[in-house]
Amino acid sequence: MTTTARRLELGRVGESVKRIDAIPKVTGEFAYSSDLFAAGMLWGHTLRSPHAHALIAEIDISEAVGMTGVHAVLTHADVPGAKTYGLEFPDQPVLAFDRARYFGEPVAIVAAEHPEQARRASEQIKVAYQPLEPVVEPEHATEREPIHEGRPTAGHGFRDDDRPNVVRTIVIRHGDPDAQAEVSVSGVYELGIQDQAFLGPESGLAIPDAEGGVDVYVATQWLHIDRDQVAPCLGLEPEQVRIHLAGVGGAFGGREDLSIQIHAAMLALHTDRPVKMVYNREESFVGHIHRHPAKIWMEHRANRDGKLVNVRAKILLDGGAYASSSAAVTANASAFACGPYAVENALVECTCVYTNNPPCGAMRGFGAVQSCFAHEAQMDKLASELGIDPVELRLRNALAPGDSLPTGQRITGSFPAAEVIRRAAALPVPEPEELPRDPLRLPGGSGNTTRGEGVKRGVGFAVGFKNVCYSEGFDDSTAARVRLTGSGDGLAAEVHCAAAEVGQGVVNVILQTARTELDLDDVVLGSATTSSVGSAGSASASRMTWMAAGAVQLAARAARDELARRGGRLGPGEEIEVERVYHHRPTTPLDPETGQVSGDGAHVAYICAAMRVVAEVDVELGLTRVVWIGTAQDVGKAVNPQAVYGQIEGGTAQGLGLALMEEIQTRDGLITNASFTDYLIPTTLDMPPVDAELVEEPEPDAPYGVKGVGEPPTVVSTAAVVSALRDATGRELTRVPVRPDEIVGLD
Amino acid sequence: MEVLTPRTLDEALRLKAERPDAVPIQGGTDVMVELNFDRARPAALLNLNEVGELRGWSRENGSFLLGAGLTYSEAMETQLAEALPALAEASRTVGGPQIRNRGTVGGNLGTASPAGDALPPLLIGDAEIELASVRGERKVPLTEFLTGPKRNALADDELIVAARVRAAAGPQTFMKVGPRNAMVISVVSLALTVDRERDEVRAAFGSAGPVAGLVTTPLTELDGFAERIAAAARPIDDVRGSAAYRRRALSVLTARAVERCLQ
Ligand SMILES: Cc1cc2nc3c(=O)[nH]c(=O)nc-3n(C[C@H](O)[C@H](O)[C@H](O)COP(=O)(O)OP(=O)(O)OC[C@H]3O[C@@H](n4cnc5c(N)ncnc54)[C@H](O)[C@@H]3O)c2cc1C
Repeated sequence: MTTTARRLELGRVGESVKRIDAIPKVTGEFAYSSDLFAAGMLWGHTLRSPHAHALIAEIDISEAVGMTGVHAVLTHADVPGAKTYGLEFPDQPVLAFDRARYFGEPVAIVAAEHPEQARRASEQIKVAYQPLEPVVEPEHATEREPIHEGRPTAGHGFRDDDRPNVVRTIVIRHGDPDAQAEVSVSGVYELGIQDQAFLGPESGLAIPDAEGGVDVYVATQWLHIDRDQVAPCLGLEPEQVRIHLAGVGGAFGGREDLSIQIHAAMLALHTDRPVKMVYNREESFVGHIHRHPAKIWMEHRANRDGKLVNVRAKILLDGGAYASSSAAVTANASAFACGPYAVENALVECTCVYTNNPPCGAMRGFGAVQSCFAHEAQMDKLASELGIDPVELRLRNALAPGDSLPTGQRITGSFPAAEVIRRAAALPVPEPEELPRDPLRLPGGSGNTTRGEGVKRGVGFAVGFKNVCYSEGFDDSTAARVRLTGSGDGLAAEVHCAAAEVGQGVVNVILQTARTELDLDDVVLGSATTSSVGSAGSASASRMTWMAAGAVQLAARAARDELARRGGRLGPGEEIEVERVYHHRPTTPLDPETGQVSGDGAHVAYICAAMRVVAEVDVELGLTRVVWIGTAQDVGKAVNPQAVYGQIEGGTAQGLGLALMEEIQTRDGLITNASFTDYLIPTTLDMPPVDAELVEEPEPDAPYGVKGVGEPPTVVSTAAVVSALRDATGRELTRVPVRPDEIVGLD
Repeated sequence: MEVLTPRTLDEALRLKAERPDAVPIQGGTDVMVELNFDRARPAALLNLNEVGELRGWSRENGSFLLGAGLTYSEAMETQLAEALPALAEASRTVGGPQIRNRGTVGGNLGTASPAGDALPPLLIGDAEIELASVRGERKVPLTEFLTGPKRNALADDELIVAARVRAAAGPQTFMKVGPRNAMVISVVSLALTVDRERDEVRAAFGSAGPVAGLVTTPLTELDGFAERIAAAARPIDDVRGSAAYRRRALSVLTARAVERCLQ
């Protein structure tokens, strides 16, 4: 190995280093899960429900089984173990049995020599559906027949809510919820369904191990929770199912739930052949959960000096057909409903319901996005009502260490909200560009719709926050294993951690941490798999950097201590191997009646970001060009600053997408735009340059003081972009994505 | 699936007559999407990429003969862009660079989508479509060629050979509205020219009715033209936009286009 080839990968904590997967990804050499191949493999295909809600009377596979190239046609009757699974509650059938509850729900699976044979065979499966009236209006879901028998989410210490189709209700009472103040502003806000829109479709490969077990190679966010859901459904012990991370083409929460895992494994075990499954784009849109659409009513009461007195909120989330992580999203939407502001009184009610709409679950921002859109619109409204500058109003109310959230949780760690607001507000806003201009630099872009006619400029501001790590008593620990080996001229190290590299750069975090702690350059990363190391927890909740750094630090220090005990040196081939598990500080559930924290508090730590946006809007056509974004973000400590800027830009783009264009549309529960032709995500012409400031105020509990960075940009940018659009248009714009109709005043 | 690859137009026409079920493929930017999404499973593809007669363009008297295989990138090159500015502007709005390098005017005519961006510029250029089969050739005005959403006058054994368009006789422009600033199917579009030879304004809209539609008016009767176009359109509500918005946008585009072209 030459030193020049290796120098690229070096880097200690705090240094900007190129991601080790960067070049292969850019040049197209990186192997994604859809590129997997095994000799003799079959192709799996899923037959899905064309109905949003239907009883299933009978499934006749007789014709499909006999077709050319077909090796297996399986239905619910063939599920070897538990018939249902789920991230938090096992309410979702592996394959639908008595009824289908959403459009695209898996009903049968086929394995064949060629994917086309599998598709054709699945068309010959005859399913006798009896369509039912779908429950598609979340407002009325609690008045309809229950979609699930029993109450899948009851009995988990949640608040009693006996209405049909309730996933979870949270009520937070804080101070005097009836407290009056000098002024009051209110509004109703709505968010459509956003999709993670990762480019790599769900895909993977299952290989039987000839001893009754199976290896599953898959793009996922949390290997061990996949294993713990897959094994029971296969009727296997956890050790018989090994999940290996395959190249992940984006995740954003959409790979927390299972997709192909159980299906591919069932087909592989049944046929005793490797089975590969790859969803196509259309299928991907029904193959994973989405961001919860929401309807939010909010009232802010404040005194003339701008001090918030009371915030009242009612939030309705549509969870779709299955629970997924809805209960936790509900908790986040409620806990962060008042924004990063200190308020002595609050009443927050949040309900998530089951419907026959597309299932919703985790997506970057996880409940905080929805609340932020509403509370920031309210803060702007309040500022204008009071005649106070919107930035000043936010500063006057900014939450600080020592303050409490409406849940009663006191902020004990770092929380530089005021500093973040000041830094974002201080970024110089670019001057308007002169006309005439290249149409690409005007609203409408390449569409050439204006030379400046109808164009108005607006400046918006928003602040958002959320928690890092899982909450409410969940111990989402992370394990890491370090092996030191004596080599000719010194030491070499190998690190194992099951943290999922989903494009965020955790592989570099692991390597940078190990190199720092071991003070060694020669460190390599083993593959992420359930067979070589304990659980890493999920690559979500902005937690993976903190937790992976924590675990690698513990393991590396233990290895170093052992090395010291052995005299600081290892002979050639001599090894030290240690595995350590890192836990964040414990959390405890909310009181089901009052929504107040018990014990240690519901959350581990908080992160925030502030953002200023300049937009130009063609107010006659309703088209927008976001011109510039400036942001300051509370990051604790940037382990790899280059990757942090990348997260900020990407996360901002995702929130901008929700503000301007991204929405899964449905009719009677059926998705009508399941393609990248009609589900639009921002292009490079839609995304402006981002000036980002990193505010590094270390988190006392965390390794190196790190915090998470992935979510705050997404939480805040939707709100900030729409704030700029309101400033440009003078319209209320209470729904995202903002439709051109609303800008031109057609609704 | 069979792939038939003729080398000459005659051979292509013979194959098409023998295999009327063979789907012609030029750039493939519509055909391959259909195949990938499993919306079509043709028994055979007729690959036209080796047929030289379909490529490029030529000038005949005052008009331009655009080969069915003319790509959007080629339509954006200087010579054509000067003669047919609205087509060049429309071409710039199509997809991304890869799509513009592969996608063709003939393919846009073959698909005959109400959202086809080449269609409004061809309409304002009085385009005639040249069709051929082993039975002979015929010329069909574009207004008659487009018979409905994704339907055209092509017979089973025919191929599109070229589009004959008048060179611009005055300023032209093309505008396309979409909810993002590039790579978007039009929600509504408009091509407009002030024709100094005929002293008239010719405007054509896309995505605002079952087919792209043409509306003309003498230069002396421009008052209320924007409203007339909006009234001629038959827009619908769909996932890309509402009918009311399309009508509104069309009248805004028309007013702006007239102003641009009269300057
Ligand atoms: C990502 C993407 C973006 C796109 N963006 C746009 C856009 O912005 N605007 C737009 O208008 N379109 C767009 N399209 C659609 C497509 O690119 C255009 O319609 C293009 O003009 C098709 O040309 P083609 O040569 O690729 O056609 P093909 O796909 O090869 O063929 C299209 C149709 O025409 C028929 N056909 C082709 N040649 C002939 C012939 N000589 N005789 C008879 N029939 C023929 C084919 O059988 C088929 O029915 C986009 C497509 C993609 C994939």
